[in-house]
This record gives sequence, structure tokens and C-alpha cells, in this order.
Amino acid sequence: MGLSDSDLTAIMLTIRLATTVTVLLVLLGTPLAWWLARTNSFLRAPIGAITTLPLVLPPTVIGFYLLVALGPQSPAAELLIFLGVGPLPFTFTGLVIASMIYSLPFVIQPLQNAFSDLDEQSLEAATTLGAGSLDRFFSVVLPLSKQGFFVAAILGFAHTIGEFGVVLMIGGNIPGETQVVSTQIYTYVESLDYESANKLSAIMLIFSLAILLPLYAVQNRSLGSLVAPWPKRD
Amino acid sequence: MVHGNSKSTLNIAVASNFVSPMKKLIDLFAIKSSTPIKLSVGSSGSLHAQIVNGAPFELFFSADQEKPSSLVAANLASKKHQHTYAIGRLVLWSSKNNIDPHELLLAGSFTKLALANPEVAPYGEAAVSVLRSLRLYEKYRGRQVQGQNIAQTYLYTSSGNAQLGFISASQNEEPRGSTWNIPSSLYQPIKQDVVLINKADNSKIAIQFLEFIKSNEAKAIIMHYGYGIASGT
Repeated sequence: MGLSDSDLTAIMLTIRLATTVTVLLVLLGTPLAWWLARTNSFLRAPIGAITTLPLVLPPTVIGFYLLVALGPQSPAAELLIFLGVGPLPFTFTGLVIASMIYSLPFVIQPLQNAFSDLDEQSLEAATTLGAGSLDRFFSVVLPLSKQGFFVAAILGFAHTIGEFGVVLMIGGNIPGETQVVSTQIYTYVESLDYESANKLSAIMLIFSLAILLPLYAVQNRSLGSLVAPWPKRD
Repeated sequence: MVHGNSKSTLNIAVASNFVSPMKKLIDLFAIKSSTPIKLSVGSSGSLHAQIVNGAPFELFFSADQEKPSSLVAANLASKKHQHTYAIGRLVLWSSKNNIDPHELLLAGSFTKLALANPEVAPYGEAAVSVLRSLRLYEKYRGRQVQGQNIAQTYLYTSSGNAQLGFISASQNEEPRGSTWNIPSSLYQPIKQDVVLINKADNSKIAIQFLEFIKSNEAKAIIMHYGYGIASGT
């Protein structure tokens, strides 16, 4: 089955977007998830709620606010232009930032759950043996919570692949820059080209399933609890 | 929703560019008829797909002629009850006051130019015609941003993310910002058709509504929102 050039461009762009977002989210999300899992601060509840917000907000709300908040008349935009970042709507960078907000809870929750499940004794043992906090993180925390990272990366990636409403709002449908698979499918449906819509949708379905399969193929009880993208009750 | 569409309700699907006049028209019709009217707003493409898949609408007010005609061709709508209810007018608009959008367009004094996706929206197709007529299409290709419909294009422009945008004259209801009324010679007229859906549960009242749309008082409202009226209807 032949795919058009614009379909291929959209597929490559979508994969590039999801990869960039996943890498950045895992890097930046780890300290935040660690803090949420270990802190006793009164800020834990409000910050936990804010990081979960994108899970329940309609993507159009996120997209609409980003479009308005990043628009040239906003203070945020002036700051960004001052920092040399330039206007963000209708750019790939803008999509990356929007997607990071959109997929944040899907990365934070599994990491946070993995970190709260950590065995206190191994952490204390490492400290007693004189491990610094960075050393302790890489030699104890990381190996013990690798399943959490696995789940976080897969969910973050898959969720970004499926992003639609936010891209529709702030993307501007620019080939190779903001025209991703989901918006391309929408365009096909709107222009009554159901055959092309079908083709791309089938690819999306199979691809997403293939990403999610390893998550459930691994028979592990603790993994199951990590997949649940909502705060775990202790 | 309570038990889908009851027999005594008129369900109208309307393209997003025509929502404001449609609400006025419904208010006026409500004086003459006690039938409650439910309005579903969307892009013509989505509404078309919904009708093909059995959406319970009696009337479909499209933003073009192509989609109602395709429903007629598929035996889903009635050719007898298809007519052009409005002719859309394209304007080039900026949310800033006291500027000349036409001059800015020719001079290239903008960073982003918004238009509706020409593949799906007739107003986007018209915008491309204008740019081609002015021999500016290729030149500004890299600065174009596309809304999926005319409402989104308006949002891009009104939020200032795009300095100029090709929108429908009907969208700038209380004139603000600056407008260039594009000469109609630069694009094909945007004929917007309405059609009666065959499976309509409530076709009698739907036909009454169609007759009402052709009345002079209805036409006055449509024209007030910046649309043209086809001669002979």
C-alpha cells in the first residue's frame, strides 16, 4: 500500500516528536517524581495535583491556553523572545513543549510509584557504606526502579504519538514542522478521503499496539501496578 | 442527551462559519414555530462524515456545495431540497487597528499568515486563489499557518500569533481590527449549500425551515452578517 510523501513526512515527524518528548520528560521528570515520592512537604499535594492535571484536562484546553499564553501579546512571549527562543506556536519546539505538558503525568506517575516502592533498607545500606547521593542514585535507585523507567518511557512515547487536540490548536498544520500523523488523518477525514484516512489510521493502530505490547508481555505483578496512570493509594 | 432525537425536535448541522447568523435565524423561527431546534456545529467535513454514518440531522448547512452534492449522489439527501443559502465573502484581517492588511500583505510585513486548510475548507481554497492571483502564493509559502477550519484561523489571527489572516467576513461581527475586503474577482464565489437529509425524522418542519431561510427577513439577516445571496433563490 502506497503512502504519499506527506504521509511519510508526518510519520517521521511524529516519531521525532515522541522521541524528543520522551527523552526530555524522563530526564526532567525523574527529579520531580523523586521529590513527589519522598517529600513530606505541604507542597506535595498541590504539585502532585498540578502534574496530574493534563491527564484530566481536555487537550483543547491545554492547546488553547498555550496559544493564548504564548501569543505575541503575552508577557511569557516577551520573555521567550528576550531569551532568544522566539515565538513558539507553529514551531516544532512549541510542539515539544506542549507535548511535554500533555504527557507529563504519564511519565511522572510510573516513576513516582517506582520510587515510593523502593526498599528503604537498601537505600540506608548504601548511605551507610558511604555512597554519595548521585552514586546512590545510579547504583541503587536506577537498577531497582528500571521497570518504572521502562513503563514511563513507553507510556510517554505512546501518549505523545496519539496527541491530537493540542497539536491542532497550536500546530498550524505545517508539513515537516507541525503536521503529525493524527492531524493528517483528521485532514483526510475532513476532505472525505476516507481511503487515505483508513490507511494511516491502521498504521497508527498497529504501531501503538506494538509499543504497548511489551508493557503487558512482561509478566510481573509490580509492573502492573506501575502501568496504572493514577496516583497509587498506599 | 435524553433518548436521542425525539420526533418533535429539528436537528440542524451547521458549518462553523455560519453559526452566528444561524442562531439569529433560529431565534426568529422560534417565534413562528414551537418546535425545539437543536444545533450541532462542526466543520463541513466532520458533519458530512457524521451524516454518512447515520447522524440524526434533518438539515445540513455546509460551507460548500461539494459536500451536500456528495450526500445527494449517495442517496442520503434530497436534490429537490438543496439550495445555496449564502455566498461567503473572504476578507484579509488583522487584529490591530488602523493598519492596511492589503498593503502589509503586498509588502510582506508580517511573520505569519493564517488561512484555513485549503484541502478541507472552502475559505482556505479561496485564500489560496487570492494568493495565487496576486502571485504571492509561492513567495509566502513558508510563512503560512493553517487552521483546520475558519474558526481556528480566526483564533490564530485574533490572538496575534498570526499578524494577518484570511477569514470569513461574517466572523468579524462587531468590526474590530483592520480589514481588507478582497475583490470577489480574485477568487471563486464560496457558495454554501443546505440540503435536506433523506432519513430525516422530522422532514415537514425541516422543509418549513428551508422555506423560511428563503424569506426576505431571513435573507436580510444573512446579508447583515456579510454574506451574499444567490440570485434566483
